[in-house]
Amino acid sequence: MGTGTTRHEIPGTTIFDGAEAQKGYALNKMCFSFNDGTNRAAFLDDEEAYCHRYGLSDDQTKAIRDRDVLRLLELGGHPYYLAKFAGIFRLDVQDLGALQTGLSKEEFQARLVAAGR
Amino acid sequence: MARIVGSIMSTHVPSIAGAMSRHAEGEPYWKPFFDGYEPVRAWLDEVRPDVAVVVHNDHGLNFFLDKMPTFAVGCAPQYLHADEGWGIPEVEPFPGDPQLSWHLVESLIGEEFDLTTCQEMLVDHAVTNPMQLCWPDPDDRAAIRIVPVTVNTVMFPYPSARRCYALGEAIGRAITSYDAEEDLKVVLMGTGGLSHQLEGRRAGFINKEFDLRFLESLTEEPAWATQYSGEDLVRLTGSQGVELLMWLTARAALLGGARKVTSNYHIPISNTAAGTVVLEPAA
Repeated sequence: MGTGTTRHEIPGTTIFDGAEAQKGYALNKMCFSFNDGTNRAAFLDDEEAYCHRYGLSDDQTKAIRDRDVLRLLELGGHPYYLAKFAGIFRLDVQDLGALQTGLSKEEFQARLVAAGR
Repeated sequence: MARIVGSIMSTHVPSIAGAMSRHAEGEPYWKPFFDGYEPVRAWLDEVRPDVAVVVHNDHGLNFFLDKMPTFAVGCAPQYLHADEGWGIPEVEPFPGDPQLSWHLVESLIGEEFDLTTCQEMLVDHAVTNPMQLCWPDPDDRAAIRIVPVTVNTVMFPYPSARRCYALGEAIGRAITSYDAEEDLKVVLMGTGGLSHQLEGRRAGFINKEFDLRFLESLTEEPAWATQYSGEDLVRLTGSQGVELLMWLTARAALLGGARKVTSNYHIPISNTAAGTVVLEPAA
């Protein structure tokens, strides 16, 4: 599935377009629901049931269970909605940056500081 | 009549709200960033705007992927903040200015911008953070009416830099043609940026060289960034660095030359190259 549009690849980056939005719709809709504290609690109460209720695929449900951010992105997750999923576990954007780049949080922070020199 | 007193461009990194609620502004990590707002507040004390037109991008509080407008204008009597899911403190509602909103809508659609109009609109950190940075006292914020303008940078294709620039110019013309009873002073705000990327193996990407060139362009060569496509901007500034589209829109609304009142640039705040600029229309 594509959008019929050719893109130039940007390494380490997914352009979130219509094809991605369609692939990740259920996953992102679930994460959007986490704006509401009642929904966050319902998710924590029974994660599998909550994923099922939103119609996530088996792969998406597994990636949620594994807290596998890179896989969730591959499966159509959008960073803004996934941030609400990560927020349930009090992970900030530097925790997520470290997870995605395979660095420790300290190494990831050092890299950011170096970009300012 | 109404006139534009200037444009404020400001980063809107979510962690800013947490730092302000902890009173951490003076800590070594935060100080170089917050110091950049002292001259902004001094300038605001002088020009005393009545209304802020806040060009921003929603991050999944007001809009979801089910309906994603390219450009949306708030036309509500007030705008509520709400739980964003990851624990930043909620702030008081912001008063709106529906009459100015509807005038903007008439004028912009009259210029063939196909807008979405919103009589209810939640505003997220992209509005609340810059408002708190500019007016830390809630009483001061309550005295400023806002008109939020939302630009889609959630889902490709985004509006082009050229189109955002044209929208900004049209906003400028709309405000200056507004037949207000009082002498209405309007400030533009463009929130977000500068270079940063949150997701993927390129998370943490920052491009200081590009940011500095962009900052320089704002006064003398404001349309410089319109040469770039949406994909170019992702490549050059990171997936979320494209928020410079808000800056371009707010800059273009000044309709002509601009003078820099103050400027600050600091790396990093969270994963972001943080920028703060105030421009006034050139006399």
